[in-house]
Amino acid sequence: MNNKIKMSGANEKLLQTPSQTAGPFFAYGLTPEQYQYDFTSIADGGLADEKNGAALITIAGQVFDGEDQPISDALIEIWQADADGNYHTQYHNIPISPYHFTGFGRMGTGANTETGFTFQTIKPGSAEGQAPHVNVIVFMRGLLTHAYTRIYFSDEVAANSKDIVLNSVEEKRRDTLISQLTATAEGHPVYKFDIHMQGGKETVFFDV
Amino acid sequence: MQRDWSVHPPYLYPDYKSTVLRTPTKLLVPLKHSLSEITGPVYGHEVIGKYDHDLTKNGIKDGEPLGERIVVCGKVMDECGKPIRNTLIEIWQANAAGRYIHKVDQHNAPPDPNFFGAGRCLTDDEGNYKFYTIKPGAYPWGNHYNAWRPNHIHFSLFGNNIASRLITQMYFPGDPLFEFDPIFNGVPAKARSLLISKFKLELTEPGFALGYEFNIVLRGNNETPFETK
Ligand SMILES: [Fe+3]
Repeated sequence: MNNKIKMSGANEKLLQTPSQTAGPFFAYGLTPEQYQYDFTSIADGGLADEKNGAALITIAGQVFDGEDQPISDALIEIWQADADGNYHTQYHNIPISPYHFTGFGRMGTGANTETGFTFQTIKPGSAEGQAPHVNVIVFMRGLLTHAYTRIYFSDEVAANSKDIVLNSVEEKRRDTLISQLTATAEGHPVYKFDIHMQGGKETVFFDV
Repeated sequence: MQRDWSVHPPYLYPDYKSTVLRTPTKLLVPLKHSLSEITGPVYGHEVIGKYDHDLTKNGIKDGEPLGERIVVCGKVMDECGKPIRNTLIEIWQANAAGRYIHKVDQHNAPPDPNFFGAGRCLTDDEGNYKFYTIKPGAYPWGNHYNAWRPNHIHFSLFGNNIASRLITQMYFPGDPLFEFDPIFNGVPAKARSLLISKFKLELTEPGFALGYEFNIVLRGNNETPFETK
């Protein structure tokens, strides 16, 4: 193997390639259509529409720094199960979602007039008995290694109370993981989920 | 496999000033991997355009882009050396003068009308990838007095699942700016060389482009049996 890391012993593993910040200029490469660059996007904030045949929801929020200023150059990725709790991936041989739903979304926080992200998606079902949730990856200038968090839903009280991951978080910080059903837009629910990198409301980040 | 914190940069690295107000201050909460973490988006050739892997062509308006043509290739694999096949790689970079096409890049080096600076490709069945591009220039930034970023290409990869997600930067051998760059030096010393590509004459295409090799190791799956060599 032509690899720069020599394996000196039979059980020695290759070192993981280190992470680096996404920096401030990712938009034309990773979210080009959202920022109106002439390049196709592989994903955006629209994961689903009426054609997906499941109830639509909106998840919207902002990302705040340690001085509570909204961050305009963060990149938010989400990964979620479909309404039946199935992840759409070939790797685990799960059949293609009946909702024609890929479950992956990506948005920068600097393209909208209001600094932040908005995903239109479907509400995930329960996977492996966990409460419905959306997995989140956060990148930005100033973050040398990405951060993982989860979005749970305020109207899933019973499921949330039994969720093994939520229960592993100290009680007073659990709220930072629960999106709040605040309104409806065009007849579908809108959940608000802000991400606080620091401070009293610092979001729980996981060692994924 | 877990994230190896002995090779990844810490969240807080005060020499890189933007980390101070933006990085988590509380300990990460341990999370036992479930289906949520061991799955991830799967992309195929349908998202790859004809010239997406060739940044010397995908931004052409009325001529060739300026600068030194290079070919960047390598293998994407897990920690056991097992190739990661058909996985999406996305890249973005400055032009030869050190200017990004991004609207908020205010550096007064000239934009190149024939260079866009972003591309994507899939690894093949052996985990190999190849991009053609222009060697990016160094550019100044506001972190500290006389701060300049070493030449670099930004890389984004998914691997097998969201736990193996990686955004990183590829550097060029012998760059005199390494010792002054807090983003590069945020990486623990033992792992910095992993971000530096290697010049390879055998990858160099005669009369066309200098060849650089950049191999990438992503976290593997817990269930992957270790392959002894
Ligand atoms: Fe850069």
